[in-house]
Amino acid sequence: MKNKSTINPHASGRGGTAAHESQAGTLGIPECMPPNGRQTFIVKRILDYIGHYKWGVLLSLCLAAVTVVTTLYAPILIGDGVDLIIEAGNVDFERLKAVLWKMAAVISITAVSQWLMNHINNKITYHVVEDIRTKAFGHLENLPLKYIDSHPSGDIISRIIADIDQFSDGLLMGFTQLFTGVLTILGTLGFMFYVNAWIALVVVCVTPVSLLVASYIARKTYAMFKRQSETRGELTGLIDEMLGSQKVVQAFGYEEDAGRRFEEINERLRGYSLQATFFSSITNPATRFVNGLVYASVGVTGAYAAVNGLLSVGKLSSFLSYANQYTKPFNEISGVVTELQNALASAARVFALIDQEPLKPEDGDAVELEDARGNVGLEHVYFSYNPQVPLIEDFNLQVKPGQRIAIVGPTGCGKSTVINLLMRFYDVDSGCVKVDGVDIRHMTRKSLRANYGMVLQETWLKSGTIRDNIAYGKQDASEEEIIQAAKEAHAHSFIKRMPKGYDTVISEDGGNLSQGQKQLLCIARVMLCLPPMLILDEATSSIDTRTEIRIQKAFAKMMEGRTSFIVAHRLSTIKEADMILVMRDGHIVEQGNHEALLQKGGFYARLYNSQFAGT
Amino acid sequence: MRNLLKYFKDYKLESILGPLFKLLEASFELFVPLVMAQIIDTGIKSRDMGYILGRGGILVLLGIVGLACSLTAQYFSAKAAVGIGTRLRGDLFRHINTLSYNEIDTAGTSTLVTRMTSDVNQVQAGINLTLRLFLRSPFIVFGAMIMAFTINVKAALIFAVAIPLLSIVVFGVMLITMPLYRKVQKQLDQVLLITRENLLGARVVRAFNRQEDETAKFGQENDTLVRLQVFVGKISALMNPVTYVLINGAIIVLIWTGAWQVEEGVITQGEVVALVNYMSQILVELVKLANLIISISKALACANRISGIFALKSTIVEKSGDAYNGSGPMPSATGSEAVPKVEFRNLDFYYAGAKEPSLSRISFSAMKGQTIGIIGGTGSGKTSLVNLIPRFYDAAKGAVLVDGVDVRDYSLSGLRSKIGIVPQKAVLFKGSLRDNMKWGKKDATDQEIHRALDTAQAAEVVMSKEQGLDLMIEQGGKNLSGGQKQRLTIARALVRQPEILILDDSASALDFATDAALRKAIREDTKDMTVFMVSQRATTIKNADQILVLDDGKLVGLGKHQELLENCQVYREICLSQLSKEEVAQ
Repeated sequence: MKNKSTINPHASGRGGTAAHESQAGTLGIPECMPPNGRQTFIVKRILDYIGHYKWGVLLSLCLAAVTVVTTLYAPILIGDGVDLIIEAGNVDFERLKAVLWKMAAVISITAVSQWLMNHINNKITYHVVEDIRTKAFGHLENLPLKYIDSHPSGDIISRIIADIDQFSDGLLMGFTQLFTGVLTILGTLGFMFYVNAWIALVVVCVTPVSLLVASYIARKTYAMFKRQSETRGELTGLIDEMLGSQKVVQAFGYEEDAGRRFEEINERLRGYSLQATFFSSITNPATRFVNGLVYASVGVTGAYAAVNGLLSVGKLSSFLSYANQYTKPFNEISGVVTELQNALASAARVFALIDQEPLKPEDGDAVELEDARGNVGLEHVYFSYNPQVPLIEDFNLQVKPGQRIAIVGPTGCGKSTVINLLMRFYDVDSGCVKVDGVDIRHMTRKSLRANYGMVLQETWLKSGTIRDNIAYGKQDASEEEIIQAAKEAHAHSFIKRMPKGYDTVISEDGGNLSQGQKQLLCIARVMLCLPPMLILDEATSSIDTRTEIRIQKAFAKMMEGRTSFIVAHRLSTIKEADMILVMRDGHIVEQGNHEALLQKGGFYARLYNSQFAGT
Repeated sequence: MRNLLKYFKDYKLESILGPLFKLLEASFELFVPLVMAQIIDTGIKSRDMGYILGRGGILVLLGIVGLACSLTAQYFSAKAAVGIGTRLRGDLFRHINTLSYNEIDTAGTSTLVTRMTSDVNQVQAGINLTLRLFLRSPFIVFGAMIMAFTINVKAALIFAVAIPLLSIVVFGVMLITMPLYRKVQKQLDQVLLITRENLLGARVVRAFNRQEDETAKFGQENDTLVRLQVFVGKISALMNPVTYVLINGAIIVLIWTGAWQVEEGVITQGEVVALVNYMSQILVELVKLANLIISISKALACANRISGIFALKSTIVEKSGDAYNGSGPMPSATGSEAVPKVEFRNLDFYYAGAKEPSLSRISFSAMKGQTIGIIGGTGSGKTSLVNLIPRFYDAAKGAVLVDGVDVRDYSLSGLRSKIGIVPQKAVLFKGSLRDNMKWGKKDATDQEIHRALDTAQAAEVVMSKEQGLDLMIEQGGKNLSGGQKQRLTIARALVRQPEILILDDSASALDFATDAALRKAIREDTKDMTVFMVSQRATTIKNADQILVLDDGKLVGLGKHQELLENCQVYREICLSQLSKEEVAQ
């Protein structure tokens, strides 16, 4: 349910148009049923993906038909066989042999076609899933950062991984079971009516009882399951909170209170779980009981028919095995339907991701920015993440080649916004950003970004070797270049001390490195390419003094002769900057050099005095 | 594993009755083909409608009794499983609460949460399944064979051959595919890793223009995944056709053998039908059994992991018998002004499993009312040091004394009630602001809470939200900013008016002006409190009565700001990296 509500804004928007489209088309979905329209739309999309494998699908359907027919034929052959074994001295071995040979042939055909069908279905399903997953991931690399920033990464990951998995399960089950299930039911009915209409009628009348019972129980237990999962959720919430902050719990001696609260919910959960577990487990015995009834009635009516010479004993035995089989596909189909519904919901979430509008394509006449001199200009720039909350308004800045710009302000004041605009992670709302006099929107994103070197405070490393990470921006770098870059970034000495040196594998997100070491690697990564312009984010804390001094040196070395934007925290950097941008609540409130800003006695002066001048 | 078996004790009756009734049901099921054989052999042959109806009635009766038995079985199983699950969960929670920081560090919070939630649920489901089905399927399989023997030994021998063959196929396919499925899962994790990496590093990937390479890499891993999946699928797709061939092959042999037996007058036509029926029953049950074994082995794995958590024992052991609760008289010279409030005596500390000490040879005394600043780089041991005061960890050598008494001689609650802690990570809990504040002191009045909020500079936070102390705080304090949370956690510690206050880098999200105001308020409002202030910022601790300078677990400086500037190189380095020369000198 939760999933559904998160996708609704996109999905229903899409669904609306889809319903219209399909109405205009041949499907004729009534306008009053948007959810159905949406489902139809999603099914159509899925069929598009499956369409690439249409021969496989066709073959699979044929094999399914063969499998069903031969499977149903086997009991009849068994019946025929039984009919040839009447009593002592009355067994027709010659014909029996023929029947049994026929049976062997039928069985072999069933087995082969069943295996082939399963194999083909597997292949189709997994390839469709691969296609969708690859498409979704490729799309991810092409989405505006705005989407990635504003959606929790867990949500996007679960769409690409869990949802697609769920979808593949549903697709596979749907494939293998829905079609064969329906076919089996129809086939069984056909065979039964062909052999004896009266007994067939008995089966047809009694079996629905089993379905009714099953669905009645399912409906009854739904509420119980809901209560169980709600209480479970409540308990998990408490566990999450208390264990997640176990240290605080212990520091304040809250263990007993936590235990009491836990016990209370746990007791309630026991009651609900017992109900849910017990009532849901009634389904199987109940349907088994109804099946038993079917079996008994077939037995009695069949025997009656046999007594009157309308049915042979062999046919009766075929009927009995049909009666056993007949309800199975019904149960399977109801399982498949839920599975399919889940799969559709998952597919909708995946498509919602794929349908996100990608980045604006590059202008046709976009130029390649080569070796920028480092003139950066922001002219009358307006920008905001949310139209209701204006952020940057009429911002102007001219930076000459080689200048250093320090961006200062309290945490969370939006310093990264400037980086977002410079790197064109976001486009300005109006005004323009220019590099060497050219609007960056008229350049290829690739060439613009290649001219910037970026070191962020949130150090991001790939899982892979240290070498791969340093060479991330220049894959064809030679060993000497890599070591040189590491040396200049003051990273060489600690890399050498690692167990495998440059071949040491960094675990996900650099888990086995300290924060400072990660930052040095990020610097080395930029050092290797050394583009003409730099964007640097100084570390606020959590790095020891020695490493910090090294990072400072590395930064200084990099900045020589390059236009640099530095999100600055230390006074020395700020004082040495050619220009200071003072930001507050997302706005650039002041700009100028240190002396000028101090004289102005504004926000910067206050910040400076409280931060650096002591109390 | 053993330690979990005791949970069955309380549900002994249910655990026995559940399977027992299930077996009863299964045996009723085994009679059905026999009754049907009688209908064919006696009823039809002698054209006796009354007999047929009578046997039909027996079939229905068998069904009803079977249903009753199985409902009883389901009820007992559910009761036992849910009861055991509930108790297990409760015990696990209480056990985790007794673990010390050491064990929590080793096990990891997310692991503990998984053990408490999905693992316990899996075990519960596993118990339920086991009680219900584990005996049923083998019973039907062997029951069918025994029934076959009662009909005809020669025919039954076919069962004796078919059952092992079927078992080999069913369990063989399972054994082969299980590790392969694990491999698939691993590869899926790989795909997940790349996805996550690319989301978190979206800026870097784009800055270095690596989108296409990343997509290609993803494509590769994805391709490997699919190839693995198809391969496993191919093998597990064998199960159905092969078992189908085996069963039906057996039926062919059965009919042929049966034909000879009938010809010789050993068995009847109806009995051949019954034998065929028994054979068909076997397959269904074998497949069920195979699936059941998968579920049970999963549940067993979960049970093992839970058992592992139970095996963790807290390394912080309360002194038995006469633990000091911190308020009554203590033999040594308590309360006298000359006794330091907190004293570290030549202390060494190691984290579990670490070879190098995190703190070594630390000695200092903090007097009542003093403010102690603690500064040093990351990993220099600042947090470790303050965590030793409330005895979250034990020292390897040396001792921590509070009011002249070794912390190991206190009862944990007695010791910790003297101390207010503000952890590095500002954590608040779901509930009202008042409830959160009462963590510090259970019976705190609104007035006391307001006073603490004032000191913590948090009064403004409360005002801005209008609901006052009834303000509902979401889980993890999501509806508050980082700075607001920090101030509230400080207030929470102040509510209990502790004798010792520990601020572990707790002002990092505050702007400098608020930080300064906070320090001033704490100094003024809490004259008798001994305050430990951990910080990365020189300005924060500059005016402390004593400053401890830590470097790599060693106490490299101890004294006031000016003294340290003159004779502590590390301290000077830190100050100079943050302040200008003039500012340092101030």
